[in-house]
Amino acid sequence: MSAPPMVGRREFIRTGAAVGGGLLVSLYAPLPGGSSGPLAAEEKDFALNAFVRIGTDESVTVISAHSEMGQGVYTSLPMLLNEELEADWSKIRVEAAPVDKAYNHPVFGMQMTGGSTTSPAEWERYRKMGATARVMLVEAAAARWDVEASTCRVENGVVLHAATNRRGTYGSLANAAARLTPPANVPLKNPKDFTLLGKPTLRLDTPSKTNGTAQFGLDVMVPRMLTAVVARPPVFGGRVAKLDAREALKVPGVKAVEQVPSGVAVIAERFWPAKLGREKLIIEWDLGPNAGLSTEKMLRDFRETALKPGAIAKKTGDPEAALRTAAKTVTAEYDVPYLAHAAMEPLNCVVDLRPDSCEIWTGTQFETVDRANAAQAAGLPADRVLIHTTLLGGGFGRRANPNSDFVVEAVHVARAAKAPVKVVWTREDDLRGGWYRPMWHDRFVAGLDADGDPVAWTHTIVGQSIMQGTLFESFGVKDGIDSASVEGAADLLYGMPNLQVDLHTPKIGVPVQWWRSVGHSHTGFSVEAFFDEVAHAGGKDPYELRRKLLANQPRMKAVLELAAQKANWGSQLPPGVGRGIATHFSFASYVAQVVEASVGKGGAVRVHRVVCALDCGLVINPDTVRAQIEGGIIFGLTAALKTEITLKEGRVEQGNFDDYQMLRIFESPEIEVHIVPSGESPTGVGEPGVPPVAPALANAIFAATGKRVRRLPIRASDLA
Amino acid sequence: MTSFHVNGKAVEVDVDPATPLLWVLRDSLGMTGTKFGCGMALCGACTVHLDGKAIRSCVAPVSRVEGKRVTTIEGLSTDLTHPLQRAWIELDVPQCGYCQSGQIMSAAVLLAENPKPTDEDIDEAMGGNICRCGTYPRIRKAIHKAAQLANAGRAK
Repeated sequence: MSAPPMVGRREFIRTGAAVGGGLLVSLYAPLPGGSSGPLAAEEKDFALNAFVRIGTDESVTVISAHSEMGQGVYTSLPMLLNEELEADWSKIRVEAAPVDKAYNHPVFGMQMTGGSTTSPAEWERYRKMGATARVMLVEAAAARWDVEASTCRVENGVVLHAATNRRGTYGSLANAAARLTPPANVPLKNPKDFTLLGKPTLRLDTPSKTNGTAQFGLDVMVPRMLTAVVARPPVFGGRVAKLDAREALKVPGVKAVEQVPSGVAVIAERFWPAKLGREKLIIEWDLGPNAGLSTEKMLRDFRETALKPGAIAKKTGDPEAALRTAAKTVTAEYDVPYLAHAAMEPLNCVVDLRPDSCEIWTGTQFETVDRANAAQAAGLPADRVLIHTTLLGGGFGRRANPNSDFVVEAVHVARAAKAPVKVVWTREDDLRGGWYRPMWHDRFVAGLDADGDPVAWTHTIVGQSIMQGTLFESFGVKDGIDSASVEGAADLLYGMPNLQVDLHTPKIGVPVQWWRSVGHSHTGFSVEAFFDEVAHAGGKDPYELRRKLLANQPRMKAVLELAAQKANWGSQLPPGVGRGIATHFSFASYVAQVVEASVGKGGAVRVHRVVCALDCGLVINPDTVRAQIEGGIIFGLTAALKTEITLKEGRVEQGNFDDYQMLRIFESPEIEVHIVPSGESPTGVGEPGVPPVAPALANAIFAATGKRVRRLPIRASDLA
Repeated sequence: MTSFHVNGKAVEVDVDPATPLLWVLRDSLGMTGTKFGCGMALCGACTVHLDGKAIRSCVAPVSRVEGKRVTTIEGLSTDLTHPLQRAWIELDVPQCGYCQSGQIMSAAVLLAENPKPTDEDIDEAMGGNICRCGTYPRIRKAIHKAAQLANAGRAK
């Protein structure tokens, strides 16, 4: 028997029969020092770890190791697999993977969805799975017909042998293929031979999202299930001091009121009585150390802190000396607030906790972490915790919580409920529940030479660390620098002879987390808005100065030029309309955007048009890339124009979409997306569309009005 | 007991008459296509039709629909043939998809009342529906497309 093909360092492709017949192509990842016997583990893994299941009924089921939260992976992963498998596309179905190490992210080593990495990370694995299945189906056909496998070909789910005019469908060959030994080495197609990848392909999940059948976490129903809402402390870190549940328990339909570590759970037959019951609770809270938190005060503290030198994240040349000898210096400060993810589907989680098992249904980005945290809360070994990943009604990072807050809480509520329970967060719970994009302050000093060219650039950042104190600390925090705080600043692409980026990381009792584009969501804004100030201070066209300083960055220079060309940079605009430009490199993708905007009487901003160019390497589904960039731009504009989470006396001041407003259709600009053709490996698309839009808008507002925007969200009062 | 029709079927529920229609649909009738987003008629995810008009079911007490006809996303068509569904699929409108039931139900009333809406008409009719994924440009295109499909259907 030949050695099985390697996919990862310790992972092997395994194939075999599916329960009920058919071919499975699986990944076997032996657990180092696993407790069960090797054979038992093998058999179990073998059944669980399928990536594709080819049924005798011609069905082809692709198992997705990543969650579908709108970014289209339930279509792009099948596309990767089927480029090699060449099954009939109309027969492809998708299933969410169970939690298993075989589905670990090939780069991050845990099962998760995030960091705009699904396509880049799965670029090879899913194609290999498809290729392995195809080779085995062909071998099965060749053996059946007693011909050479090399004389067969495949087309649309059928193996063909032209010389003898024979054909066999994948379904009819699946059982025979399952008995074969998988090939040691399957060659993958040359990208020039792709027939599916790179072609606009309709999403497989759209029909179910137009008739109400798509199942999100909130839609899960299990037998005997109760529904709970939790009263959480009004201040982060608060605790219940005294509880009077008598009135709540009188609400018809309320079954129980129980304290859980995160607050007080009201458990009822359905959502509505649970919510009414919660309104009747009388709780005295011990508010704890965060009762005095005020974002207004934090803003002042951050600004003061930024005047002191921080921990050095990046230093090249001698910025101090260069600033001393500069012909001119420019200084500016930028502020961005805490932001909530505000996915349209509020957080929720269903848990069925039994003495020896814990079954969970939720939309999560973080299966491995959730399983470990849920197991701890349940007092069970991890392999007794089962997670069913549903569709996510938006993720944006919130459903990748290092503490698994919404999952762990539901386990505690299920224990108290003594029945399967769905914990539902209201919009207010969701917005006030913390885990925000950090509030950040950015202070810059740049030095210009006599020709107006920048020769020194210093950037001081103040903001909380996302990874400090989490299991990601060893991965993301080095020498006191959280890479997420300085990404997009320390890796500045512009040629700058003297550069310094330093960081202050205050500890504040507001839980913070990754939010679509993470650190780039503040550095994209501050760096690119400040670049515009520097260009103007030196009397340069901001587009031309960018081109000049990107001389050694051909991919970014190309997207910049494409965006400018498509937006007619330099051409006349109607009176009152300004044009701004920005670039940003994030998640290994190159993006440039041009915004056209005007400011009305009273300071109301109108965004007319956004032109975006990007280079994200080889494109899997161009239509999905466009959709992600369109969505990223609107997400970024919402942050630029609308949203902030503020705290007063420790309490979050916003609660629903009246005071945490989203961009709406009538405020949504015309958007053009231009993709640079590329033969490089695929890079991220879910997040890179977000960072450049706020600075491009700020720069457009300057072009239109002469007023600088240095604080988000943009306030009409700053522009009136 | 409150009696009304959902998607042409007579139903009877025994709940507090102040319970919002949204939660009656979801929790009592098991019809989960209609979504909870805000509970305050701010986001439109819960949009359904009441006697042909778009309402936000999260703030409509079930007593309000006594004896009336409610249509939900599940009742728009049985086979994905409604022009809006066809247009939504053809233009790949949804991303996460959570808000789309509400978007489609708002758009259905718009098209029923105005077979050839302008961009301004779409802004007006769809302004109450939030999409966090940012599918607005495609929603706009898909409504125009659905209007074409519906008009072509009528012309036959």
